[in-house]
Order: sequence, then C-alpha cells, then structure tokens
Amino acid sequence: MAAEGEVLASLKDRFGGALRDLGLVRDRVVKAVIDRKDLVPVCKFLKDQLGFDHVSCITAVDWRDHFESVYHLTSWSRNVMVQINAWIPHDDPRIDSITPLWNGANVHEREAYDLMGIVYDGHPNLTRILLPKDFAFHPLRKDFPQEVDRQYISRRKIGGG
Amino acid sequence: MAEMWINMGPQHPMTHGLWNLRIKVDGETIVDAEPEIGYLHRGYEKIMEVREFQKNVVLTDRLCYVSSITWSHAYCLACEEMMGLDVPERAKYLRVITNELQRVASHLMWLAAYGPDLGLLTALLWALRERELFLDLIQLISGARMNQNYPRIGGVRNDAPPDFGKYCRKVIAHFRKKLEDHEKVFEQSKLFQMRTVGVGRISREDAIDWGVTGPNLRACGARIDLRKLDPYDAYPEIDFEPAVAHEGDSYARYKVRMDEMRTSCDLIEAALDKLPAGPYRSKPPRRAEGEGFRRTEDSRGEALFYVIGDGDDRPYRVKIRSPVYSNIFAAPLMMRGNKVADVVAIMGSIDVCVGEMDK
Amino acid sequence: MSGHLVDLWGWSHALASFILWLLSLPLELVNWISFQATGGPAPGVPGLIDFVTGEGLTAFVAVIIAVNILLLWATAFHLLIIMWIERKMYSRLQDRRGIMIGLGSAEILRNTLGRIPLIGRPFRRPSHLGTGFLQTVADGVKLFQKEVITPATADKWMFHAAPVMIAASTLMLFVAIPWSDGFWLMGAYESRVVNGAPAVVPVNPWGILVVLAAFSIAPLGILIAGWASNNKYTLLGGMRAAAQLMSYEIPMLLSIIALVIYAGTLDPFELVRNQTAPLTYGLGPYGSLTVPWVQNWYILNPILWIAFLVFFITVIAEAERIPFDIPEAEAELVEGWTTEYSGMRFGIVFGFKWLRAIAGAALIVILFFGGWSGPVFMTLDAPNLAASGSTYSIPILFQEFWFTVKVYLIFIVFVWIGWSVPRVRIDQILNIGWKSLVPLSVLSILLAALARGTGWF
Repeated sequence: MAAEGEVLASLKDRFGGALRDLGLVRDRVVKAVIDRKDLVPVCKFLKDQLGFDHVSCITAVDWRDHFESVYHLTSWSRNVMVQINAWIPHDDPRIDSITPLWNGANVHEREAYDLMGIVYDGHPNLTRILLPKDFAFHPLRKDFPQEVDRQYISRRKIGGG
Repeated sequence: MAEMWINMGPQHPMTHGLWNLRIKVDGETIVDAEPEIGYLHRGYEKIMEVREFQKNVVLTDRLCYVSSITWSHAYCLACEEMMGLDVPERAKYLRVITNELQRVASHLMWLAAYGPDLGLLTALLWALRERELFLDLIQLISGARMNQNYPRIGGVRNDAPPDFGKYCRKVIAHFRKKLEDHEKVFEQSKLFQMRTVGVGRISREDAIDWGVTGPNLRACGARIDLRKLDPYDAYPEIDFEPAVAHEGDSYARYKVRMDEMRTSCDLIEAALDKLPAGPYRSKPPRRAEGEGFRRTEDSRGEALFYVIGDGDDRPYRVKIRSPVYSNIFAAPLMMRGNKVADVVAIMGSIDVCVGEMDK
Repeated sequence: MSGHLVDLWGWSHALASFILWLLSLPLELVNWISFQATGGPAPGVPGLIDFVTGEGLTAFVAVIIAVNILLLWATAFHLLIIMWIERKMYSRLQDRRGIMIGLGSAEILRNTLGRIPLIGRPFRRPSHLGTGFLQTVADGVKLFQKEVITPATADKWMFHAAPVMIAASTLMLFVAIPWSDGFWLMGAYESRVVNGAPAVVPVNPWGILVVLAAFSIAPLGILIAGWASNNKYTLLGGMRAAAQLMSYEIPMLLSIIALVIYAGTLDPFELVRNQTAPLTYGLGPYGSLTVPWVQNWYILNPILWIAFLVFFITVIAEAERIPFDIPEAEAELVEGWTTEYSGMRFGIVFGFKWLRAIAGAALIVILFFGGWSGPVFMTLDAPNLAASGSTYSIPILFQEFWFTVKVYLIFIVFVWIGWSVPRVRIDQILNIGWKSLVPLSVLSILLAALARGTGWF
C-alpha cells in the first residue's frame, strides 16, 4: 500500500499538470498518461529518484487517430510497477528513446519500430529485428490488411460496425 | 589471426532453435557478439487481433512449445485482469499445480539440451526419461503432452481426475531420488566444473540493466522471483523459498535451475495438500473493453501479456513480452572475454526457446 | 601359456606358393605342348616358370597376401565388432530399451537369462529379435551409396590425399602390432633362450618405436584435411586437432619410455614373453619375492601405475574420444575437420578413428596387461594342410582370442569413460597435456629408473 502511494504522490508533486492522467490500476501498479515530450523527464525521475531499474515491456499501440507507446517499468527494490502511456500524433510517429537510461529498452524499442513504425530518437541501433531487413511495411498498423476467412471476421464487423 | 566474424547458425546442430549468433573472434577469444533473430517470427500479435479471446489460448500454447501451460496461463491472467473476472479457488490451485509440473518438464528439457552441448550425451536420455513421467502427469490432467490448450479465461478447462494427487506424489517421490543422480553426474564431474565455473559471468547490475529476469537473474544473487514479489493465483498462500546462487556464471545458472526443480516439487505437494473443492471455471463475458496486463514467472523469466480490448469479442492489441527476448541480448555481455568453445556452454545455460522469442 | 592359432607368414607363404603354382600351370601346359611338338622346351618358358615359382616372387606375393589379411582383420572383424560393442554399451549407459533387445529377450530365454543384466532385457513383445550386428554393415552400405561431393574450391589433391593418409597410417599401426606369437607381419624368427631353454621365437627389436611413429602420422593427415576443405570451421577444427594430438604425443612417448626403461626392451614379443613369467617383485639387496600363480603383468607393479595412467589418458586423447573430442565436436563446429567429407570418404575417416582407438588399446594390452598370454585348457589336433601327415595343434583357447578379449575390455572402459563425462575445452586439453601429464610422465621415468637401478620393485 505504501510504496505505490509514495510513487503516485511523488509523480503528482513533480509533474502535476503535465500528466494527462494519473492513478492506481491495482495493488502496486501506478498508471500515468503523458505526452511524448514529457517521456524522458518522467523516466529520468523514475530512475534516479524513485529507483526504477527494470524495463518490463514497451508496447506500441495504433489507435487510428494517435499512436501510443506504453512503457511498463518495474522497481525491484520497491516492488512497484508503473505503466506510462505516451501519446504520439499519428502523422509524426517519433518519440525519444529511453535506451540511454536503461539498456533493457533497446530490444523492445527495436521491435516497436519494426512492427509499428514508431521511430525512437537517440536509439543506438534502430534497425529491424524480427522481420527481414528489407521488408517495406509495418505490419501491426491497423491499415495493414490481413487476409482472413469469414469465420475470423468479428460479428460487429459483419453487422457493419 | 585477424579478427573475423563467425556465424553460428541459423543451421547449427546445437543452437536450440532457429536463430543466428554472429561472434567476432580474435583467435580463440570472443571480442563481441550479435544475435540475429526473427527466423521464427509468425506474426502472433497480428493474428491474435483477429481471433476471439478464448481461441487465442491455442496460439499462446505454441509460443514456447516446451513450456506451454505457463504461457497460456499468463494470457488468461491478462484477459481476466482486463475483464475484471474472478477465478474460483480450485482453479487457482489447479493452475499452480499444472504450472509447476510444466516448469519441471521445461527445466528437464533444458537439462537434456545442456548436457549434449557440453559433450555429456548421456544426459539427454536420462533427463528425457524423467520428463516422460511429468508429461504423463500433464496428459492425465489435460489430455495432451504438449500444447495442451488447458487454461481458460476464468479457470481451467477440466477438473483433475480423482487419483491425480496420488500419482503426482508417486512421481515426485521417484523424481527427487533421480534428481540427486543427475546432480551427481554433473557436479561430481571435474570436467563439468572446468567447463562452467567462471564461464559466462554477468554482474548483477548489468543483468538488471539489460532486462534479464528469471533463473538467469537469480543466479547473479538477486532474490527476485515473481511468484514471491508479484504473486498471482494461489502463490500467496503457499510458502516457498526461491532458489538463488551468487556467482552469475554458467554453473550458478545450472544450479539455480536444478534447485528450482526441487522447489517446484515442494510447491506441487503443498498445493495438492491445500486443493479445495468447488467449481473449476467461471464464465467470461463475450465482449470486453479496457486494458489489462499481468506478468508471471515463466520457466525462463518474466512473461508479460498486455491485452487491450475495445468492446469487440476479439482483442484490439495483444503484446507479448518474452523473457528470452531480453536474455538473449544480454548474452554478448556474458560472452566477451571467453573462448569460442564456451559459446555453446553459455547459450545453453541461458535456456533459449526461440518460439517465444520470435513470436 | 596358450599357443597361437594363426601363423601369418606360414599361411601367407603357403597361399602364395599355391597361387603361383596355379599361375604356372598354363606355362607348364605350353611347355608340354612344345615338348610334344618340337621335342624341346618352348623358348624362355622354363625360365619364366622358374621365375614364377621362385622364392623371390613367392615372398613378394606372400607379403601382399599378409597385408591384405591384416587389412581384413582390422576392418571386417575389428571395426564391425567394436562399433557394435560401443552401440550396445552406450545404449545401456543411457538406459535405452530398444537397442538392448537381444537374443536373450526371446520368449524361451526370457525367464532365465532375462534376469541377468547385460545379456538380455526382458521385454513384453520385442519388435525384433536380433543382436543388431548387421546395423553396422547397413551403415557401411549406406555410406557407400552416398554421393561423394568434393567442394569446388577445395584443394583437390590434398583433399583426396588426407583420408588416404589417415587410413594408411592406421593400417600401418595394425601391421606393426603383433596379434599373437604367429599373427604378425613385422618381425623375424630367431633363436633365443626362453625360460631356460633355447627356442625359435619371433623378434622385432624396434616394434614399439614403429607403432609410436605410425601414431604420429595421423595429425598431419588431419591438418591437411582441415585445411584442404577451404572452410573456416574445418580449418579451426583441423588446427585444434593437430594441436591436441601433437601435444599428447609427448606424454605418450615419455610414459612408454618409463616402461621401456623398466622392461629393458622395445620388442613387443619380448615384452609379452617377460610378462608370462611368474610375478616377481624385486626387493633390492634382499633378493626378490615371487608369487608363483600370477603372471608378471606390468600393471601389477605399483611403480608403473603413474605411467599406466598417463598412457591411458593419452591414448584416449590420441583416439579423439570424448572427453577429448573437441576437434570434431558437433556442438561447436558441426563435424569439425570432417565436415566436407561425404560418402565413404567420411566412412574411412570416421571408421579409422575407432581403429586407432583399438590400436591404442592393443598397445595398452601389450605393454601392461600381458599381451596375448592366457590359459590353455586343452589342445585339438587338426590335420596339417601344408605338410601332409603331421598334425596342426589348435589350442583352446588360442592367443588371438585372449588378446582380442583383453583389447575389447580396455575398449569398453574407453566407451564407459567417454559416455559419462562432458567434453573438455581445447585450451583446457592443452593445459592438461602440457602442465599435468608431461611432469607426471617424467616422474614415472624417474620412478622406473629408480626401480631398475636399485633393484626394488
């Protein structure tokens, strides 16, 4: 109870208005929604002041009108996780890289770039990792079509949704 | 000889799975290494957006085919988190039992692959012999030896058969003795110690910085086990001590996995003792909206699923975080300064499963 | 001590003269025809008959026949049997059921022999019932019918020459090692004093030296094979193999020197003769202690135990068995220096590795375990085909049998060690060779010299 409350309070104190949203998801998990310009200050604060040392995951989500780069950071010592959703405009998919802070973010950012096409500025080696090096598309984007059988088209879509 | 890049793989008898490791050698010493992955990329995350929530369990089984129940379990936990679903008590205990059975089977598969890496070909057959017992147990409860399709969102697919506890205990009693035999073959062999002690060392700070989790991190002296730190299912109610070693070399990683097999046996017996009666499944809603993530202690480290739903009966986005994905890219740190002949010993001790790495 | 069954020179000579006699028959016919026609012999034919049936050509053909018999002895007999033994042994170690089905798994024998381990495993309904011996033959046939591929960029002459060198040097080993008192190719009969009485015995004054020299040719062949394949991996494998084999030659030679200093001879026949005497321990100035019912095998002498240990380990390293098989370890370099060889070339290279192990085991048996000495239980008399009227005595059990049994027992120990321990890294192998084995073998030389000098042991 105490640890995540502490993290919540410190984030609110430090960044306050810059955060779009801040709250507890469940026990020991804090969630913050930010703009992409605040990413590096927030992450630096988490690493230096609050002792977050492990990047669990970096996810890229395509919401059709904006991208989101979702960061799941862990502090082993406090046993708290922070989920940061960073909003990225759809026509300019760039965001700062947090690889200089944690080396563990290296591969996750490469995968997000490879599959979704979000460019991470400051990444030491932003090349494709899972797909062939000369592949021209970013498959996880919602406008990359999938050829599906009728059984896989959702009921909503069949109904016209 | 000048420095040259050597390709180990993608077709190589002893890199378990399909991936390429490029190492830069100066004579016999390794100067740098660069893993190249993606040969087994199947486009999981895109496929999962097209199939209904429950049908994706068939896919997550096949992520790491050696340790399939743990992966489907993680996916079901993430979906339950998103839907806000409660799981009955009996299902929680059954999940713990099958998870630990699968963990032992996975570690035995690792042992069966690690022995031949070092030249001890007998270990392959001995470890697979014990693994057969555990696969039989898993078949007893779920109907299949591999890719069982057993966890469900909201519980498990079916209840355990009536004599399941008796058979489990019998197998575990037999296995504990056999585990000592295996340990003797490895540890009393001076040659094994020569090959693994001091080889592939990584410091604790480097490991945490590069995102290493699981037995590889516990071998560096960090007592970090997600079943203790972030418990799920019935783990809060069962007391156990995670296996930790301190040197951070291949021998420590080997020791941690052997101790983990023992810990898993203890966990199975404790869970069998406490197994309550009741329903084994609760019905999930068909459509769901929201987001949920959950991480579990997979056989190889921290497996995290992040599921987003937008009100449809299929996920909007599924993100799979594989422990091997991060572990492999920390391998160059372990390899610098060692000899070419050590590459296989180091890669074997990291326990690579390419299916989950390449998604 | 038992007697020998095979008298290689005698049989070869007899076979050679028989063949040459057959060859001279058409010439005799020509001669006879010319006698009928002209009353005199055909021009040049009697001289040709003399040449064909003469001593020189007979000896030459006898050598060829003897070498071929030894070749067949090595490949058709030893190779097949040791491959079979190794498969059965390591399968038992690995607890594999299928391959351990043997004749003892038959229904009749199941209740009796099935309870004895090693002979047959009781099995509910075996799918096959043989011993699995023909599997090796099937492997050979399979290798014969494979396509033989030569890499386009390989050095053709060297690529083809390397397996020939390896095979030839291994067969040279088989030629130089005697397999009983009569089954030998290198040597000569001389009269010596044996056990107080003069007798005509085979003698080969430099036998052990020739064997050790033949052992040393193979590293050259392996290095050439690794280099000629034009492949980074095989080059690495070949260089590792050369480093390992050459660095283990030295402790091998030194430990044999220890034994030679103790025994006083390099002659394998004399070494075996010395070991058939009753066991004697020297007690320095106090005389000697004789144990009458045990033979004087050098293994029973504690002063030579270090030499035995060093020699045993170096033979395993020379034969490139696990734990010393890094040059062709699958884990690292696919097949090491043999990667580019396919078909029967690979079969030669692979099979002769086993034969080197057998030759090494034979050397161990000659040096330390009394060679072909063994008890004789009775003697059969068979008619002598060469000289009619006299009989040829067949001892039961003959020397070749005892020698082969001992060699296979040593080989089984090789297999046992090989399949129970992991592999050693190349720099660790070289460390062991140079830093541990060489000082130990020098120590064994000192001990042997001490024993001979002071009369103790």
